[in-house]
Amino acid sequence: MTLLPELYMLFFSIFFLFLSLGKKKIALFTAARGLALVGFAVTLACSGARGDLFSGAYQVDFFSQVFKVLLSTGFTLVVFMFEKENEVENLPEFFMFLGFSTLGLMILVSSVELISIVISLEISSFSLYAVVPLRKAQTKRQLEAAMKYLFFGAISTGIMLYGMGYLYGMAHSTYLTDIMAKLPQFLAQPLGVLALILTLTAFFFKLSLFPLHFWAPDIYEGASDATTTFIATIPKIAATALLIRLAMLASFAPAQLATVIIVLAAFSMTLGNLVGLVQKDVKRLLAYSGIAHAGYLMMGLLSFNEEGNAAVVYYITVYLFMNLACFYVVMLLSRGGENVSINDLSGLARRSPLLALTLAVAAFSLAGIPPTGGFTGKFFLFVAAFKAGHLAIVIIAAVNTVISIFYYLNLVRISYSRESEDLQPLYLAFHEKVLCYLFNIIIIYLGLLPFGLIDLFRRAM
Amino acid sequence: MSPYLTMNPFGFPILSTVIFLPLVGVFFILFLRDDNKIKMTAFVAGMLTLLVSLLLFFSFNPGTPLFQFGERLPWIPAYNIYYVLGVDGISIMLIVLTAMISPICVLCSWKAIEKRVKEFMICILLMEAAMIGVFCSLDFILFYVFWEAMLIPMYLLIAVWGGPQKDYASLKFFIYTLFGSVFLLVAIIALYLVNGTFSIPEAMFKGYSFQFQFWVFLAFAIAFAIKVPMFPFHTWLPAAHTEAPTAGSVFLASILLKMGTYGFIRFCLPIVPQASFYFAPFMIVLSVVAIIYGGFVCLSQTDMKKLIAYSSVAHMGFVTLGIFTFTMYGFIGAMLQMLNHGVTTGALFLMVGIIYERTHSRQIYDNAGLGKFLPAYVGFFGLFAVSSFAFPGTNNFVGELYVLISTFSTSKITGFFAVVGAVVAAAYMLRLLKQIVWGREDKRDLTDLNVREFIYLTPLAVFVLWVGLFPSPFVRIMENTLVHLFMQLDKLSH
Repeated sequence: MTLLPELYMLFFSIFFLFLSLGKKKIALFTAARGLALVGFAVTLACSGARGDLFSGAYQVDFFSQVFKVLLSTGFTLVVFMFEKENEVENLPEFFMFLGFSTLGLMILVSSVELISIVISLEISSFSLYAVVPLRKAQTKRQLEAAMKYLFFGAISTGIMLYGMGYLYGMAHSTYLTDIMAKLPQFLAQPLGVLALILTLTAFFFKLSLFPLHFWAPDIYEGASDATTTFIATIPKIAATALLIRLAMLASFAPAQLATVIIVLAAFSMTLGNLVGLVQKDVKRLLAYSGIAHAGYLMMGLLSFNEEGNAAVVYYITVYLFMNLACFYVVMLLSRGGENVSINDLSGLARRSPLLALTLAVAAFSLAGIPPTGGFTGKFFLFVAAFKAGHLAIVIIAAVNTVISIFYYLNLVRISYSRESEDLQPLYLAFHEKVLCYLFNIIIIYLGLLPFGLIDLFRRAM
Repeated sequence: MSPYLTMNPFGFPILSTVIFLPLVGVFFILFLRDDNKIKMTAFVAGMLTLLVSLLLFFSFNPGTPLFQFGERLPWIPAYNIYYVLGVDGISIMLIVLTAMISPICVLCSWKAIEKRVKEFMICILLMEAAMIGVFCSLDFILFYVFWEAMLIPMYLLIAVWGGPQKDYASLKFFIYTLFGSVFLLVAIIALYLVNGTFSIPEAMFKGYSFQFQFWVFLAFAIAFAIKVPMFPFHTWLPAAHTEAPTAGSVFLASILLKMGTYGFIRFCLPIVPQASFYFAPFMIVLSVVAIIYGGFVCLSQTDMKKLIAYSSVAHMGFVTLGIFTFTMYGFIGAMLQMLNHGVTTGALFLMVGIIYERTHSRQIYDNAGLGKFLPAYVGFFGLFAVSSFAFPGTNNFVGELYVLISTFSTSKITGFFAVVGAVVAAAYMLRLLKQIVWGREDKRDLTDLNVREFIYLTPLAVFVLWVGLFPSPFVRIMENTLVHLFMQLDKLSH
């Protein structure tokens, strides 16, 4: 029971592994959707599971189960959103790799020991390295993206291992609890801070936080829409989970670490938003938006208490939905699988009012305008950081909100107020409409009625 | 129940009804396809809201400074955020004004808006709900949500149905206002961390340290000064006004600008009084600069809408001037001016919209010399124009008189400059009026006001004369609340 969600994801991946071996074409999409939905139900059903496995290296608690539900939600949504056969080569493998990656991330959120963290992280990363080049159109770009992703990913893992070596050397244990218990001692020496930062590098990489952000725009641009949607959202959830796990284990708020996080967060949001202003490709724009959002997320971690951590989880939940909503619009717009530029959005409100509305709601949410979830999430983060006494980063984030509104609003502006010659209506299938409505409703719901969820997250901390 | 809030005497939550009635209208409109039915539904929703708000107005008890018709429900308990609504003498009039202006906006767009009628009406009703929500909220977060939610429909009104430079104007409007609002949010969080609650009344007169007040005031002031807009922050206003469709301009002029001054009275004065005293000289200087600068800029305008937009800057200068004199007359004058400006300037924008539908130009010269052809139009125009420069017997005269009395009682030199501003106002309004009535001799084929236009202009005209000749019912409604505010400020100033 405790391992059921992970086992199910394993089954999912292996199922598609066998499908990829066979030649027969069966209803792949239906199978994937059905299985993913069952997986979501299984994960939800197992949210009450508790237990310590593998001599304490693997911890199944409410915290990890909450994250597994989030991961499973994201995974299921991505599977449902993805539907273009002409976009990705080797469909069964594609599903298999996504499944493996989610499996790795699910293991990651339960891992409380360095070795299992490394292994789970690599399971997830290697599947993604393989997925990036599986794009049909634009051969060179996706290969470039795949190479970059592999290199940068491998290097960041290397740096993480290097940092972990120091951690082990100082704490004489690979268990996070032991390491964090000795935190006060080794934070007193510069090497300790360095070791911790180096260890976190791989997670900063997944989150695309400054200074490990540079891969994001190229990979978003080069990979297919569905792959990008996955990479841009799901691994970030797990990386956040691990950062929160560390923050939970820290018994006090280490000032040195807080300073480093503030600097990284400030650079990340400012850089992401400023460069976002000049982007022409929607996926690149979303990449820079993701960099900025990584910065916002860090604000909640500064407080090192359950309130701040719950705020971070809330924000990543909102981010999951608003980011997926944006990418869904991109996916539906490029029926042929090519990249969407900002100008392709013109006349969208005429071509498909629902898509334009979805984009508008998601963009306003990303920008943090009430009554969307983005505002509520950001508000919780602001309160957390402010409460911990970090007024400077709150003001920087506030100013950044204003900068970012320019390019988010640009998406809305072009889709609503610019007319285009190509005014062919864009017809959405029934389930596409349902997904769009679902995104809109969830984003507004998270904005207006956060109480149940935020209480739940607090209990999980 | 909290001590500052008196319960709702009705059997149903009347304030929520006023806020959510427009949203019910939105819900019905979603299922309609026929443009005429959509317009009718929007109008009916607006009228029902007006009726309920009038019920509110007539059952309002002016004898107490407390917040009335209170409603209180937990919203986000983890952060001590409540859904608290209540009105006092300051907000009740603004709610009625909003409820009155909204159906007028539906009526004035009946013919002017031809494309995407459904979305337009949805935006109008969303605006109405958010604006009423802003005036009712007694919780900072609730307030902030309404305050910001308003931006989206207003942005769309300008960006989708606006004039040729709508892109520039709408973007500038949005970014400018958002810039102010984020500092408001930071100040709100700062107050929460000190008080442990987001309740607005509970944050008042708490005796915070001066340094804290200093920064909170600055954060508040940026947000509100941009909204008003006060002198150096006014540049978004002419662009937004000129490019917005008539209904958008009317909303902007009548209600949105009031939110800034409402914010000053509701937040700055009671929450950070010492800082308000400290900054008062600066605010007064900025107000006077706005009055005179706005007036002189108006003198050189050739576009009717731009002229009226700049005149708003000057008029709102009188409101902020009244607030920061810290006298009873100043407060009453400021409140009256808020209402008066809402009605008069809104009406002037409607007049511009009406003539624009006929001549498709907003240039003064193109619309000059209408006196012979459009007697009814010119009659209404004349009334609103003379009211705009505070001709005795019209509403603005009463408000400006109150403000000028209070200004002279505190500083003669400020009073002198304010009077100069008032004279300039007469100059530019009369110049406009002269051009419109007698400016050209040639004959043109234009039709006079139709019944629909008569219907929506008449209540505004009645209001202009009513406040001008017999303002005491309005003063009585807000008097107690303002006296209460004044007494508490007076205690602190010594």
